[in-house]
Amino acid sequence: MFTKRFWIISCEIILLLLVFLIIVGPMISIFIWSVAIRWYWPNTLPQEIGLDYWLQALGLQKSLAIGAVSIVPAFVLSITIAVIVVAICMVLAIPAGYALAKYKIPFGPAILFLFLMPNAFPQQPIFINLLGLFTKIGLAGTVQGVILVHILVGLVFGVWITSATFKSIPVYLEEAARSVGAGRIKAFFRITLPLAAPGLLASAVFVFITSLDEFTGTFFIGLPFINTLPMALYSSSGYNMQFASVIAIILLIPSLGFMILIQKVLKAEYVGGMG
Amino acid sequence: MPDLRLRSIVKKYGKLKAVDNLSLDVREGELLTLLGPSGCGKTTTLRSVSGFVTLTSGDIYIGERKITDIAPEKRGIGLVFQNYALWPHMTVFQNLAFGLQIKKLPSDQIKKKVEQGLALVKLEGLESRYPRQLSGGQQQRVALVRALVLEPDILLLDEPLSNLDAILREQMRFEIAQIHKESKVTTIYVTHDQTEAMVISDRIAVLESGRIVQLGKPAEVYSRPANRFVAGFMGTTSFIHGRVKEIRGKLAVVAVNKGIMITGRNNSLETGQEVDVAVRPENIRFLWEGGQSNDSKKNTYEVRVTRAAYVGELIDYQLDLAGSLIRGKGEVQKKLAPGDKITITLDPEQISILKG
Repeated sequence: MFTKRFWIISCEIILLLLVFLIIVGPMISIFIWSVAIRWYWPNTLPQEIGLDYWLQALGLQKSLAIGAVSIVPAFVLSITIAVIVVAICMVLAIPAGYALAKYKIPFGPAILFLFLMPNAFPQQPIFINLLGLFTKIGLAGTVQGVILVHILVGLVFGVWITSATFKSIPVYLEEAARSVGAGRIKAFFRITLPLAAPGLLASAVFVFITSLDEFTGTFFIGLPFINTLPMALYSSSGYNMQFASVIAIILLIPSLGFMILIQKVLKAEYVGGMG
Repeated sequence: MPDLRLRSIVKKYGKLKAVDNLSLDVREGELLTLLGPSGCGKTTTLRSVSGFVTLTSGDIYIGERKITDIAPEKRGIGLVFQNYALWPHMTVFQNLAFGLQIKKLPSDQIKKKVEQGLALVKLEGLESRYPRQLSGGQQQRVALVRALVLEPDILLLDEPLSNLDAILREQMRFEIAQIHKESKVTTIYVTHDQTEAMVISDRIAVLESGRIVQLGKPAEVYSRPANRFVAGFMGTTSFIHGRVKEIRGKLAVVAVNKGIMITGRNNSLETGQEVDVAVRPENIRFLWEGGQSNDSKKNTYEVRVTRAAYVGELIDYQLDLAGSLIRGKGEVQKKLAPGDKITITLDPEQISILKG
């Protein structure tokens, strides 16, 4: 009666549902929280729902609740920092990634590994030390200081992904360009760069999202003066679950958008060239 | 069309000499093949001409122009790669037009040249395709045209057919030979396939360990190999070891095992020298009538068949000639089985005797 095929399909459906639950479950929870005005035990769903907290968070409605601040400035600050971090990271990562991929650089793998370091150790000790240094040179509590920290954390994605991307582009394509009369620079901009574009975009997106979500470094270097979205989330989460949920959803939006973009543009071959 | 001259070029990678003091003149309008197994230095030689390998020493000239230290893009050399190297993000038209645009040709002229180029390889109408939409053979034709539309002084082809399947490869050999005849561009062709080299070349340079061991017309290199390496690389060659017994003018008699003598061409040999007698299947004539026995004076020997394989147009034999195994080819109509005995004769004029 029940064939092997039936069992396989059943297992697949159960597995899919589980995955769906794990990924989407928390999102549903924060979405409900963000519109819950009154939600007390033992009720399964909120007793009263509305957009009050959304309006307060977006600064459209005054609020006296603890932990409730307009998150618009924090949002603008976060995006601004992320854009600057991406720009600087890519300016550094494209030449560095290209050089590491195409030339025999002494200690090349070691250099690549070095970029991984800030993410390979527990971050707190690194940033506490960095705070001492930044305080001395006047970078603590400044936007510049926070940008530097984000670059430190984000550069690993920048350099690793760009170098993997450039490595996946065969050298003979550039040689072919030179054989028809293109100089090094023209060959790079007309052949290698367009072919690398999806990978470079992916790397920029990773850096952007890393910066947008960066917490530890911003916490040590930036607070209390630099209030990015994750900082706002942190400050409100202890007091006001609804506010925290609104911020969490807002933080999710760019990430989701970029993920869709990457999936559309990024080809498997670029990922295949990594490592 | 200018000629191309390589003057004592050397390329060392650490201690390894990839190209070892190699000199070569490629004549105007000639198609010269660098032939050799992988690692013989043929690709390094080609890449030093194209400018992607910096020489350790030596010089390269196109006509009177010394190009040793000139950047690849300024050498005026067309390149065809083994992997076609078409730019995947560009259409066929864009691939072909790229070099012409760099030359700053007016767009109507570019269009005309691209059309002519595609007509040359019978790919008209494919301008707007992307490389991935073309077959391997079509891609290689486009790659060839990409190099030719720029009317280069020198054309370099690096194993251009080795990624194609056997049937297409044979067809493309003739096409490339034909296109070369029409364009008359001085060409270096790199391959490890001796049949390809024979079909396509005006002259062949056989390379071994970074040196040219023989340079000559295909028939010359094939029928008069300079040494055992060349003989072994060209065609199916069996070697019988022996010692020169006697020199008779243009011929030499070699004593091989069991008192057998084989007469072959004298290749500036001396009596007593240790040599290898090179026997190719086409040098062996089967004496089906029988009645002739072992007679070293007539180069006639009784051999035993040790293996027979039917390969369609002929039968591939392994024959035991006084303890040495040689390969032979026989007609399909007269089949011999392993264990059969047959008398064969070797034409002394065709037998090469090579110094060890």
